[in-house]
Amino acid sequence: MTKADIVARIYEKVGFSKKDATDVVEATFEIIKTSLEKGEKVKLSGFGNFIVNSKRPRKGRNPQTGEEITIVGRKVLTFKASQILKKDLNTISSS
Amino acid sequence: MTKRDLIDEVNRRFPHLSHRDAEVIINAIFDSMVDAMRRGERIEIRGLGSFVVKHRRAREGRNPKSGEVVSVAAKKVPFFKVGKDLRLRVDGKAPLLEEEGE
Repeated sequence: MTKADIVARIYEKVGFSKKDATDVVEATFEIIKTSLEKGEKVKLSGFGNFIVNSKRPRKGRNPQTGEEITIVGRKVLTFKASQILKKDLNTISSS
Repeated sequence: MTKRDLIDEVNRRFPHLSHRDAEVIINAIFDSMVDAMRRGERIEIRGLGSFVVKHRRAREGRNPKSGEVVSVAAKKVPFFKVGKDLRLRVDGKAPLLEEEGE
C-alpha cells in the first residue's frame, strides 16, 4: 500500500474529490514529519505514537578490524504501536 | 501533537473543508493503513517510512515471578522502519526544504 492507495480509498469510499483527498493526505504526512523534526511526539490514538529519542554517544568496535570507535549521539525516531492496533492485527476480520 | 492537533492543522490549511471533513479524512487515512496491515500488506509512505507486520511463532515462555512455564500464542506485530529522509531530518542532518522531495 502506498499514499496513492490511501488517496483512492478516500475519494472512492469516503466521497471527497481526488484533489482534496490527495492534498489532505500529503498535508497530513507533511505535518507529522515537521512535528517530528522539531522533536515533538506525535500521538495518534488507535494507531500508535511516534517518538523521537536521543541516543547518547557510546563506544563501539568495528567488528571486522577490532578497532575502537566512538558512535556519535543522535536522535532516532521510534514507533510504538497502540494496544488497539496490536489487538486488531490478531483478531479475525469481520469488517 | 495528537490526532486532534493534526485535524486542527489540516482544517486551518484547507478552509473550504469543515473540521468534520478533516476529521473524517484523517481517520480514513489511519483506518486504511490498519486495514492494510490486517491483510498483512506492507505500507510504504515515501518520505516517512514503511510499516510491516511480522509474525511471531508460538513459543514456551516463563512467568518470571513464579518460574511457571506458559505457552505464548503465535501473534502478529506491527513494525515501523523510518525512511532515510525523515531519519536525517529528525537528526537535524537534512534541511527543511524539499518538502516535495520524493
